[in-house]
Amino acid sequence: MKQLLAFIHKEFLHVFRDPKTMLLLFGLPIAQILLFGFALSNEINHSNVIVIDYAKDVASRSIIEKVRASENFDLYDVLDDHHMIEEVFKRGETKMAIVFPSNFNEDLVHGGYTEVQLITDASDPNTATTLVNYFNMLLLGYQSEMYQDQQMPMNIQLSLRNIYNPELEGTTNFVPGVMALVLLLVCVLMTSVAIVKEKELGTMEILLVSPFNPFMVIISKVIPYLFLSIVNLIVILALSVFVLNLEIAGSIILLFGVSILLILAALSLGILISNVTNNQQTAMLISLMGMLLPTLMFTGFMFPIENMPKFLQVISNIIPSTWYYIIVKNVMIKGLGFESIWKESLILAGMTTFLLLVSIKKFKIRLS
Amino acid sequence: MSTLKYLLQKEFRQIFRNPTILRMILIVPVVQLIILPLAADFEIKNINISIVDNDRSVVAHDLIEEIKSSGYFKLVNYTHDYQVAFSDIESDETDIVLEIPDGLESDLIREQKGSLFIAVNAINGTKAYVGGAYLTRIITGFNQDIRAELNPGNNGASIGVAVINWFNPLLNYQFFMVPGILVVLVTMVAGYMTALNIVKEKEVGTIEQINVTPIRKTHFILGKLIPFWVLGVFVFTLGMFVVARIIYGIVPLGSVFLLYGYLALYLVAILGVGLLISTYSNTQQQAMSLSFFMMMIFILMSGLFTSIESMPRWAQWIAALNPVTYFVQVMRMIVMKGSEFEHITRHFVIMAGFAFVFNVWAIINYKKTS
Amino acid sequence: MNSQKMISTRDLTKTFGDFVAVNNITFDVRQGEIFGFLGANGAGKTTAMRMLCGLSIPTSGEATIAGYDVYKETEKIKQNIGYMSQKFSLYEDLTVAENIRFFGGIYGLKNGEIKARSRELINALDLNDQKDLLVGSLPLGWKQKLAFSVAIFHHPKLVFLDEPTGGVDPVTRRQFWDMINQASEDGITIFVTTHYMDEAEYCDRISMMVDGYIRALDSPAQLKKQYNAESMDEVFYELARGAKRTE
Repeated sequence: MKQLLAFIHKEFLHVFRDPKTMLLLFGLPIAQILLFGFALSNEINHSNVIVIDYAKDVASRSIIEKVRASENFDLYDVLDDHHMIEEVFKRGETKMAIVFPSNFNEDLVHGGYTEVQLITDASDPNTATTLVNYFNMLLLGYQSEMYQDQQMPMNIQLSLRNIYNPELEGTTNFVPGVMALVLLLVCVLMTSVAIVKEKELGTMEILLVSPFNPFMVIISKVIPYLFLSIVNLIVILALSVFVLNLEIAGSIILLFGVSILLILAALSLGILISNVTNNQQTAMLISLMGMLLPTLMFTGFMFPIENMPKFLQVISNIIPSTWYYIIVKNVMIKGLGFESIWKESLILAGMTTFLLLVSIKKFKIRLS
Repeated sequence: MSTLKYLLQKEFRQIFRNPTILRMILIVPVVQLIILPLAADFEIKNINISIVDNDRSVVAHDLIEEIKSSGYFKLVNYTHDYQVAFSDIESDETDIVLEIPDGLESDLIREQKGSLFIAVNAINGTKAYVGGAYLTRIITGFNQDIRAELNPGNNGASIGVAVINWFNPLLNYQFFMVPGILVVLVTMVAGYMTALNIVKEKEVGTIEQINVTPIRKTHFILGKLIPFWVLGVFVFTLGMFVVARIIYGIVPLGSVFLLYGYLALYLVAILGVGLLISTYSNTQQQAMSLSFFMMMIFILMSGLFTSIESMPRWAQWIAALNPVTYFVQVMRMIVMKGSEFEHITRHFVIMAGFAFVFNVWAIINYKKTS
Repeated sequence: MNSQKMISTRDLTKTFGDFVAVNNITFDVRQGEIFGFLGANGAGKTTAMRMLCGLSIPTSGEATIAGYDVYKETEKIKQNIGYMSQKFSLYEDLTVAENIRFFGGIYGLKNGEIKARSRELINALDLNDQKDLLVGSLPLGWKQKLAFSVAIFHHPKLVFLDEPTGGVDPVTRRQFWDMINQASEDGITIFVTTHYMDEAEYCDRISMMVDGYIRALDSPAQLKKQYNAESMDEVFYELARGAKRTE
């Protein structure tokens, strides 16, 4: 026990002696949770649109007014000629053109039907379809206002309620996602590099010839990072609550428990990476090049997993942060209890055990 | 000039000597470029819906049929109990709940109006908005239909919408994602490798040996940058003309020459960032932490996955100071829209500015003597 | 020629904040000399040596190396010196031949010259079978001998050796000094730091640094006489005992 404490003490010294790494270890998650928590959302707002108005009548003008007033659109320009559209699209200055044909109002009033033409820059399909949707809703609003004073027969009224996130803010979705991403990557990176560094410097040999169980060597290397990650977790949660105004709806203790489970999974992955590599550069490249984008994309907060092809859904299932993301959403946002996340927690625990077993096996092979 | 030749020879040898690293910088980007775009599909389809039908009338039945046949929704649960439907939301089995209250049909006939309730799981705000919008449109359409059936003649005028999608009529997400993801992969290869490489020489001590030789500072730095520049161009070519072309059938609409012109400039800027990181770090661990930090910001604040316009003003400034933003835009513009030099002059000027500032800063900060 | 000064310093000083690492040192090294630069750990040897190599700018004082000024002409100095650092400084992931070629190349030697001298060097070190092995796989003694050969590969006027024989076995150490003597006979001035007092005996003259000052400077024989000592060990002990700084 005394030996273990001595080793752990030495590891803490390594970490605390390097203020630059320390700064990054803590500064990085803080900066990222704040930056991304505030800045990121899947929403599309304030998109530049141009209007080509051949009608210039009451109806087209009042729709243009609605476009101007809308949060969703920024009216970039009103033009007279649709030949300009291609040029403007190629410069990337605007995403959609709204074209009103001549005699717009007349057709509407006397003919009972008219059409608005929407030309989208569909190089970004998501923005294109979303903008079309926004415009459709705007038109529906305009039409119902048209008949406001006129009592329509058989009118169905709709009342719509957004649960968990009435303002439709990006934070409820992105904060759990960024938490999962940052915790996982920072842990994996730090542990794998710390262990490989010892290998590279040759000090690992010295530790291994000491009368100390080699597994204890690994455990003592990991404990400081476990500790640091928990500190990080506390900071991240505090920021989410006090700065990003995201309440923890469920049990904090439960959230903490499962977060530690994710940290353990990440640490085990770090150990495994350090076991299969021999120098820092390789370990870093695996952790960064190999993991950054896949974790970002497969966790589920950026792109809906149900949209992915089947084999990619399988891949997303083997990424620990995917399960953690579900857990955080359930506990932190929906306020659900353990019965809603036991399956996900069990999977995370299973992953941790598996990763540790593989690491130990690899480690033994290396020793013999 | 000849000392530069020896420096380059040495760097290339060291890169090719390490098979693990070579594999990481060649195979990993290719594999990721093949797989990741398939995962990047924002399109909101198959929205799961649970319907609570307390009316069980003909109108209710017709409405449900209308929703089911729209193609947007998948009916996961038909129930008569709101609590059951709500627990579907809690367990993520459904995204949206439509509640048809008892007496909808009779209210419509007797009082000429009725109401419906929709509850959306709004954790993902966009999905909630789109789901709600689709359902609203279907119900409004349904409303017009029953009105027309009962009371032909006066059902008001309506405005239709005709949509034309330019540049990507089939709304293929991969056409949009592949060029962007390729930018990030090239950035990672070039940026990380430069940042880690010089620091490694510092950590191992060989840089001392270099510093006592008459090598010029600029030669040493060029010797470090050129190999990774070449590597960046190679990875880009592999991605654009092998993976993107064969797997995704993407052929740049605009000038390939222009594309490479921008790539060349962009790589100089990114290598400058890597160099800068390495001049500020003493160990590989520090360099790595710094590059990790930068890379996360570069990727997430570049408009690759989320729209820059909907960010708050201050965040848009960060995006504007991010070189990746510009290359992602330029790639998409040239590849998909066939934009020409005159359309992206601004992008060129800004990137030249980045390249100049980062490299000069790094060279000033790199000291042979203390 | 013998009177020409290879190194000449006057009141050379380097401070880091309040800490005076090197305090007004003044000495000359003549061409062709083997000059031993001794001192306990932390006495300021490495700092002094880094200033002489142009790696570190002095705080005050004057110094010329091969006639060039350490403030203004560091790049000229670098053309004329060789350096072998405490830390092993060849590229471990390049082969023996590639390392030689690289360092020859960056000193601006001609291709033919590099080839001829490499052959010579590899023969002299008896590394013919190992020339295509990665340097990282060689035993330490061989690495050190190779590092020394590379440091004088471009025939500098002066070579700085920073504890070149640390961790090397006695036989290799002996061979290493044979190489140093050979280089000295070829006209290369040697400036060497060491902790081995038997090695100090091989030097023409030695200086002793204590707490940033040079406390003694003479030939080994004179120093022994001056301190009434049997061996250099005793001289060293006598001088270093008063040191306040240790690492």
